[in-house]
Amino acid sequence: MKKSKVTSVSPPKPNPKWGREEETEIFAKRVKLFRQGKISEDDFRRFRLQHGAYGSRLHMDYSMVRIKFPAGEITADQLDKIASLSESFSIGSAHVSTRQNIQLHWVQLEDVSEVMRGLVEVGLTTRESCGNSVRNVMCSHFSGVCPNEVFDATPYSKAIARFFMRNPMCQNLPRKFKINFSCCDQHGLVKVADIGLVPAVKTSEDGQTIRGFKIYLGGGLGAASFIGHLLEEFTPEDRMLSTCMATVRLFDRHGNRENMARNRMRYLVHEMGWEKFQKMALKERSIVEMTTSYSTARMFDVKAEEDTRQLPKATRIAKLPMLNESVTKDSPAFERWLHTNVVAQRQEGYFTLFITLGAGDITASQLRVLASAIRDYSAEGVARNTPHQNFAVRYVRGTELRDFYEKLASVGLANPGALTIASAVGCSGTTSCNLAITNSHRLAKEVQRRFLELGLDTDDLLRDSTVKISGCPNSCGQHEIATVGFFGGATRMNNSMTPTYTMLFAGSAGEQGQLGKVVTRVPAKRVVDTVLKIIEIYRQEKSGNETMHQWITAVAKGKATGTIKDLEDMKGALAQVIQLPSPEQDPDAYMDYGSDSRFIAKTARGECAA
Amino acid sequence: MRRLTGGVAKKKKPSAKAVEFQLPIICDADTLRSLVRKKAVRVVDVRKADDYTNEHIPTAVSLPLARILENDAPDKVVEILCELGISDRMPVVVYDDTFGALAARVAWTFQYVGHANTALLEMTFKQWKELGMETEKRPNKYPRASHSLAVNSNIHADAKYVESAKSEPGKLLVDSRERLNFLTEHIPGAKNIPYTMVGANGSILRRAEELKRMIENRGIQNDSEIITYCGSVGTLSGLTYYALKLAGFQNVKLYPKSFKEWKSLGKPKEEFKDANYWDLSAE
Repeated sequence: MKKSKVTSVSPPKPNPKWGREEETEIFAKRVKLFRQGKISEDDFRRFRLQHGAYGSRLHMDYSMVRIKFPAGEITADQLDKIASLSESFSIGSAHVSTRQNIQLHWVQLEDVSEVMRGLVEVGLTTRESCGNSVRNVMCSHFSGVCPNEVFDATPYSKAIARFFMRNPMCQNLPRKFKINFSCCDQHGLVKVADIGLVPAVKTSEDGQTIRGFKIYLGGGLGAASFIGHLLEEFTPEDRMLSTCMATVRLFDRHGNRENMARNRMRYLVHEMGWEKFQKMALKERSIVEMTTSYSTARMFDVKAEEDTRQLPKATRIAKLPMLNESVTKDSPAFERWLHTNVVAQRQEGYFTLFITLGAGDITASQLRVLASAIRDYSAEGVARNTPHQNFAVRYVRGTELRDFYEKLASVGLANPGALTIASAVGCSGTTSCNLAITNSHRLAKEVQRRFLELGLDTDDLLRDSTVKISGCPNSCGQHEIATVGFFGGATRMNNSMTPTYTMLFAGSAGEQGQLGKVVTRVPAKRVVDTVLKIIEIYRQEKSGNETMHQWITAVAKGKATGTIKDLEDMKGALAQVIQLPSPEQDPDAYMDYGSDSRFIAKTARGECAA
Repeated sequence: MRRLTGGVAKKKKPSAKAVEFQLPIICDADTLRSLVRKKAVRVVDVRKADDYTNEHIPTAVSLPLARILENDAPDKVVEILCELGISDRMPVVVYDDTFGALAARVAWTFQYVGHANTALLEMTFKQWKELGMETEKRPNKYPRASHSLAVNSNIHADAKYVESAKSEPGKLLVDSRERLNFLTEHIPGAKNIPYTMVGANGSILRRAEELKRMIENRGIQNDSEIITYCGSVGTLSGLTYYALKLAGFQNVKLYPKSFKEWKSLGKPKEEFKDANYWDLSAE
């Protein structure tokens, strides 16, 4: 393990026994048996997904290997390993997902076990990152440094991830199951998960501060999305495990095993009604508490996941002006980057900086430079990947931000805009997913490229707005929690099949999270112009310092005060941008990004449900 | 400086008439240093002439890959061997600075014209330097030697051979290009073993048992005949050729003119157009 040059703190130890070598050998054997026709396709698919290998778009000889990172935490050595695995067995780059996984695409099925073997060497695993299991446990990338949090949820998220991993109680769920932790009410995706947890504290009768959570159940994004319900005002930390176990057990018992399209827990909650589900959950929790053995409960060990290293104090520096003062497209590149990619931490003198990626893609050589930068400049010696498909590097001293920046810039990793509207999210779309109808991945990159060119990242009033794009209605791109969200489809326009996106307005994350509302359908090649038009209209319509997200939310509610009052007015104002000339006049407008031929919507069976 | 740990060659006294040291497929650094010290090897540097002039491994001669590619007719290659002072049984160790691919193409060419006792240096010149091992600047010239011509057609494949082999049982075509290039188009029926897979951890090739395991994972029988090809001149596939040899495959052939020729001959291709995988690349 290489040591940091700026701190005497040794890098954190990756999860012991998190990845297991014997599983890689079993996987290799199963692939051979499958190829010899000795295991049925269905059995093999279930097994493969349980071990984190997802079939690739219309070509089952290849897999997408999904590596899970509880709380998104990744060490420099792990980044190096992923770099070499991506070169050896994938396409020479890796992809950050929207759920803090990192994915390697187009890995030959026969090589998956080799990838797994490499991951085990650095304490990583793909186990239960796909299939009907408890997926990667997310935790806000700000946890531990967020100025608004009451305590750091990271060790809880890691402990719960470890508890459910390989746990017999969740090896055959009706469908996948997602658990998300936040740091505060702002950050984190707690209302759109099966279980969402917000750290909270309460003062007990004897004046003690008790830690606990506000727990939301039954939320989730997908073809039909739901917002989670608050189980009770406060769940003390010693009841957190039993609450999670009770929820998983209820889902396991009552979840729909017949209809794959409606078998996530949110449908169960919806169909049963929240009040009934809530009662059952509380009752189930009592049963869990009465029947769980001591040795089982002990498997949930928050203490073991705590980072007990003493990080050195950073020296106070005069406040970095560029974090708060406005910049323009013509500002020096470093200042623009500071303003749009760096935030101050709760810990004085330390900063969290964000690495801008295009729809989550990063090359092997960039990964290596990032690893080296983390060793050199992050006092905690790890990075976190974020649901915005970026990396967050925390505990960087203010005095070293420029060095860090220079290092990133040497490999094209110092683009500005990570914390702004320019950082568009895009799922993998037709680049690798069976379900995708459109190339959402490339579109997100196009949005980012164009927005950075125009300097939209420097407009602070756009900063709280997000653009998120999915290639189908299934929400991996989280389009329903975006200020302006899009999901892909196919529409006949002027008698020609056209890749289109349904546009939604005013979705948001956090504890007050709301789902977006459908506005209209936009041809793929008009999406960038449409968003630009919306920005133009917003700039004319806004009152005072109203941000774009605030204005769009007002429009979605029909409460805007300018000439555009509601979504109908908006549709009218966008009609012209959306319109397409005939296919003869502009054939390109009818093709999807990344394609030079006529658009055909091709999909195959999805593997989200095994 | 790395210290010598007794290389195999050390034990034998080199003399003009003695049996020459028989090289394995990959020559490790210690063995090479030992052979160099005993003047019992010809080291061949296949980097650009300028790089050689700048610095090279002691006793090495320069043979830029381009010279071989200009004309790799067997008699021309034998002429080069003579010129470099390489006699029939002399151990030859080839190195480059391109992860072993250029060295592999030259080594294969030597073996093809009949110089069996050829090996690849386990590492690139850059790695040799990083390990602090000795280099020199002065160019080397050796007295001309005589070398016989004995073409080993068992290790060579041309387009016609490839075309008939792809439908024969027990014969397997391996494409050594990177995954996205392979997905885009390849010779029908070919399997992909990207060149990026075969090297690792400062070595141009992985350990034999690792390579063996990877190939076994692919369900390839170890008595299969394998033909490797790549994009244009047989460098990447040259490296894969040696990876397969190292993994224990006896019957491996290189199609040196590779996919470039295949396409120019208008032969059929297999394409995969149902996904926009190129858009995943972060380049």
